[in-house]
Amino acid sequence: MAEKKLMYGNHAMVEGVIAAGCRFFAGYPITPQNEIPELMSIRMNEIGGVFVQTESEISAINMLFGAAAAGKRAMTSSSSPGISLMQEGISYIAGADIPVLVVNIVRGGPGLGNIAPAQSDYYQATRGGGHGDYFTITLAPNSAQDLYEFPKLAFELAEKYRNPALILADGLLGQMMEPVEFSSKPIDPKSLSEKEWALCGCKGRERRVVRSYDLKAGMLEVLNLRRAEKYAKIRSNEQRFKTEYCDDADLVIVAYGTCSRVSDAAVKMARDKGFKVGLLRPITLWPFPMDVLGDMAKKVDNFLVVEMSCGQMIDDVKLATECRSRIYFHGRPGGGVPTPPEIYKRIEEVLGGAR
Amino acid sequence: MPEVKILEEVCKGCGLCCDNVCPEKILILIPDRINSNGYHPAMVTDMKKCTGCGYCFKVCPEPAIEIYK
Amino acid sequence: MKMIFGRPAGLTETLQRYCPGCGHGIVHRIIGELLVKLDIRERTIGIAPVGCSVFADEYFNCDMIQPPHGRGPAIATGLKRTRPECIVFSYQGDGDLAAMGTAEIIHAAARSENITVIFINNAIFGMTGGQMAPTTLPGMKSTTSVKGRDIAKQGYPIKVCEMLASLDGPYYLERCAVDTPRNVIRTEKAVKTAFANQISNKGFSMVEILSMCPTGWGQTPVQAKKWLGEVMAEYYPLGVFRDLSKEGK
Repeated sequence: MAEKKLMYGNHAMVEGVIAAGCRFFAGYPITPQNEIPELMSIRMNEIGGVFVQTESEISAINMLFGAAAAGKRAMTSSSSPGISLMQEGISYIAGADIPVLVVNIVRGGPGLGNIAPAQSDYYQATRGGGHGDYFTITLAPNSAQDLYEFPKLAFELAEKYRNPALILADGLLGQMMEPVEFSSKPIDPKSLSEKEWALCGCKGRERRVVRSYDLKAGMLEVLNLRRAEKYAKIRSNEQRFKTEYCDDADLVIVAYGTCSRVSDAAVKMARDKGFKVGLLRPITLWPFPMDVLGDMAKKVDNFLVVEMSCGQMIDDVKLATECRSRIYFHGRPGGGVPTPPEIYKRIEEVLGGAR
Repeated sequence: MPEVKILEEVCKGCGLCCDNVCPEKILILIPDRINSNGYHPAMVTDMKKCTGCGYCFKVCPEPAIEIYK
Repeated sequence: MKMIFGRPAGLTETLQRYCPGCGHGIVHRIIGELLVKLDIRERTIGIAPVGCSVFADEYFNCDMIQPPHGRGPAIATGLKRTRPECIVFSYQGDGDLAAMGTAEIIHAAARSENITVIFINNAIFGMTGGQMAPTTLPGMKSTTSVKGRDIAKQGYPIKVCEMLASLDGPYYLERCAVDTPRNVIRTEKAVKTAFANQISNKGFSMVEILSMCPTGWGQTPVQAKKWLGEVMAEYYPLGVFRDLSKEGK
């Protein structure tokens, strides 16, 4: 039987990154993810990896750029204000087609905000975030187990498509303690294949250049269109989601991360009372599960989007359903966390009257 | 005897090699010829005096100079 | 007859697009020669900045990366710590190193990252058209100090070697110039030391090189070289600011 441990979500993330064969971490302290660099500083030394506490998040993302350009799995973690600082670096990394893993343990914003959990970085995560035409493959865990398992998937997708990947968690997921099963065999970094684009010295081959610019007339347009084809492929192939009780639903809740856990409880409350309610939990926020939502909109009359923000994912729900159904919203911004009873109350309001 | 070859199409006529660099003072910019980029390339006025010291090469940014010995 | 001076194999065949008389070309040639002389070309990764020498990724005949403005030392840290067998150099101008990347250079120096930094100081922002740099001299004209740098409103220039010499981290810091053959020869020696230190795992080495920018300074190349020697080198004295090899380290 696989080993099971009670651990912080943030610590599960660290073990998951190491199990994914990553041996490079650079980051700066920021609440609510300080447990990640703290544990990384110990674990990376234990296993002969690299840990650097940087002078800023700007430095961290650029150290990642260097390590990843050298062909190595590399990750950083931060929280909302630090992720804002990283946007320039992420844009360059995307423009140079280099895979990295960035983890955002989201807190209340904008500005300094607070240190409570939030989901108000959805736009930043799913609309590129920095300048230029690019996207980051974005995964949304909702448990400590997910925080352990998602880094492996994130690195695989990042390397398959040569693109940055982002894990969008929140302060609640990072701080809570849950049992984590160390289910898969850890990856030995030596077993990872050499990248044919990596910088490692040009012995025996032509020199390689990693860059994100091209000033020759018309070339940048060509590069952007090529990248857009890549994104179209990702959209076709990599949408991930989970559904519960959606087949006969009169109302489907769309929620990710912490909100999907809370909504799950609300769905059960509603079903007990006879309401036909289902839950769609996007696992990839980019590419957003457009296809399944588009299909659902043909049969389901009502969607209730639940977010810890003033409403950001709701835009994608509207786009995916083409507003064929009625779209409702329940949001708790600035560090607020919804409860099952308040979501149940919205279900009741929509589907009409207590039973 | 060393030989200096000025790569005329590479030279940008900056004149650095001609200004107080050559100990034998045998480098000038050709006043009545321009290359295809519009620069007056440098030339050696008296190859017999060249010692092959390489100072002209050292200050040339391109480098547009080759020295053979 | 064999060629005793010529384009080194450490530079590509691509002709450089720098202005006539620009100091970048001289330093590129020095580095290109060293990549061959020290037999490190095939294990070197160079970092080009943002600035006129953004194009350095086309000119150095080794693996190259072109990161955001100022971030070279952080990129170098990521590269060197994951591939310690590679030789990593960061080539930066004064906007890159002394403005946008001030934090990155200070902390890489403080951590004594085992890298080589080549800092081209031409007291101006070349690529963007001649604006004031952190290294622009008091009273010096630029497109954002048209009447001359006004200390009262625009502050004092930054002397990078002196600033980094206040840190314990750096192993070797020297300021050179490329205005005269004698100074170019001194620069060749300093840059060689900076690379050799990395090969011997000594820690952080930086050579600051005073360099001509005739276009930015509104001068001919020959005028620029004279101004560099007579005025700029007075403000930024040449010399060694740190050399721990002298202490047997």
